[in-house]
Amino acid sequence: MRRKFSIGWVTVVKNSPEDHSPHSHYTLYLGCTVPVRALNYEISARKVAEKLGVQFSDNPDFSCCGYPIKSVNRYAYLLLAARNLALAEQKGLPLCTLCSACCGSLTEANHEIQKDEELRRRINDDLSECLGMRYEGGIRVTHFTRILQEEIRKKRVAEQIQADLSELRVAAHYGCHYIKPSTIYGKTENPEDPKSLDELIQATGAQSIYYEDKLQCCGGGVLAMDEQVALAMSQRKLEHIRAEQADAMVLICPFCSVMYEGNQRKIEKASQKEFLRNFTRRTGIEDEPCEANGDVKEDPSEAGLR
Amino acid sequence: MIDSENLDPNFKFLIASEPGGENIKKCFSCGTCTAGCPVREVTDRYNPRRIIRMAILGMKKEVLSSPFIWLCSSCYTCYERCPQDVRIPELMNAIKNIAVREGYLPPAMKIQLDLLSSHGRLLEVTDFENEKRKESGLPLLQAKTEDAKKILDRVGDRREK
Repeated sequence: MRRKFSIGWVTVVKNSPEDHSPHSHYTLYLGCTVPVRALNYEISARKVAEKLGVQFSDNPDFSCCGYPIKSVNRYAYLLLAARNLALAEQKGLPLCTLCSACCGSLTEANHEIQKDEELRRRINDDLSECLGMRYEGGIRVTHFTRILQEEIRKKRVAEQIQADLSELRVAAHYGCHYIKPSTIYGKTENPEDPKSLDELIQATGAQSIYYEDKLQCCGGGVLAMDEQVALAMSQRKLEHIRAEQADAMVLICPFCSVMYEGNQRKIEKASQKEFLRNFTRRTGIEDEPCEANGDVKEDPSEAGLR
Repeated sequence: MIDSENLDPNFKFLIASEPGGENIKKCFSCGTCTAGCPVREVTDRYNPRRIIRMAILGMKKEVLSSPFIWLCSSCYTCYERCPQDVRIPELMNAIKNIAVREGYLPPAMKIQLDLLSSHGRLLEVTDFENEKRKESGLPLLQAKTEDAKKILDRVGDRREK
């Protein structure tokens, strides 16, 4: 029997009430997909954050980050992103995203608004006339995985692992907007050779495997425009991962999850292949008893796992 | 066959004046973008080098009206690798913005715009979603926000002037 493994990390960490760093308080930005389609990811992230002493504040008024309208009207995207940044600025805390597309979109808008004074003035004229808001450029945007990366550096993830995951072969999927474009993320990570997600997997004791096209896009960006193209892109990666006999795939973006988890059945149907059913079983996404959780007090159903 | 009579030599300048399209004229057609493109790998309908070449030649109508400009998945692989810093995903975005202004808004994008305008989000949050969130111990979300509509209306009004 294979082990169940979640997208988040709730299944492998235990309670740790000690040290709450003063810098680990963030406003949590959920975006559109996470709070409706990826509850398991949200629940996992919140539980892991709690156990690591990372505090999240919520704001129910956040809207879409603006990413979907960038291709229609770039300025409208910047305004919508700036609205969310302005809401975050009222609270004064850095913004933590769970979605890589939201992270990219808000980071890019933030970057432009901060460096371009004229743009900032124009955006603030519109924001204040239209919504009575202003954004002064004082917010830092980050991704939840970057926070975990920091916790790994402090050796706080490894010390909390209870279950033995050493036999688990895990495929890291970085996705695109978590690392690219590097011009907005600075020198955070080499976009051609990122390490942070592999390090996170290794910190849990699991094996992070190498596979063909590891940095390839999930295809989610073209799903609305051409489903067949998007599914073909996801299928390629699932095939490469399966060729390496991975037990699980780790995702850090809800849209990648829509493609690899949500659309697995559809890919199977389109490709007339049965291999994904086996793959699903192997990754334990299907409803099977969960050995990895055996000695941890978290109930997998509590983490939104189905 | 390309007929030079039908080319618009100013098209590249129009693109270059659009945010994101500034570096189009730097492209020397090396094909690095296309070689590493994950969309090109699964379909030959999308070919960034070809699209950029067509744009530089002035094939305005063919480029703006074609569905292929909408197939960029914005993965930024070419953005990182382009030796001429053409910033292809941003360039495609600039072309798409122009296409929308010229009346070529794909139905899929119209749907997304309408959703954002009605709910402020791509996925609607109803009582059902909030009930599910409540059951999972998650904080509730506002069902909708009018702000996205206000922003879209404001930008739309300005364009019409």
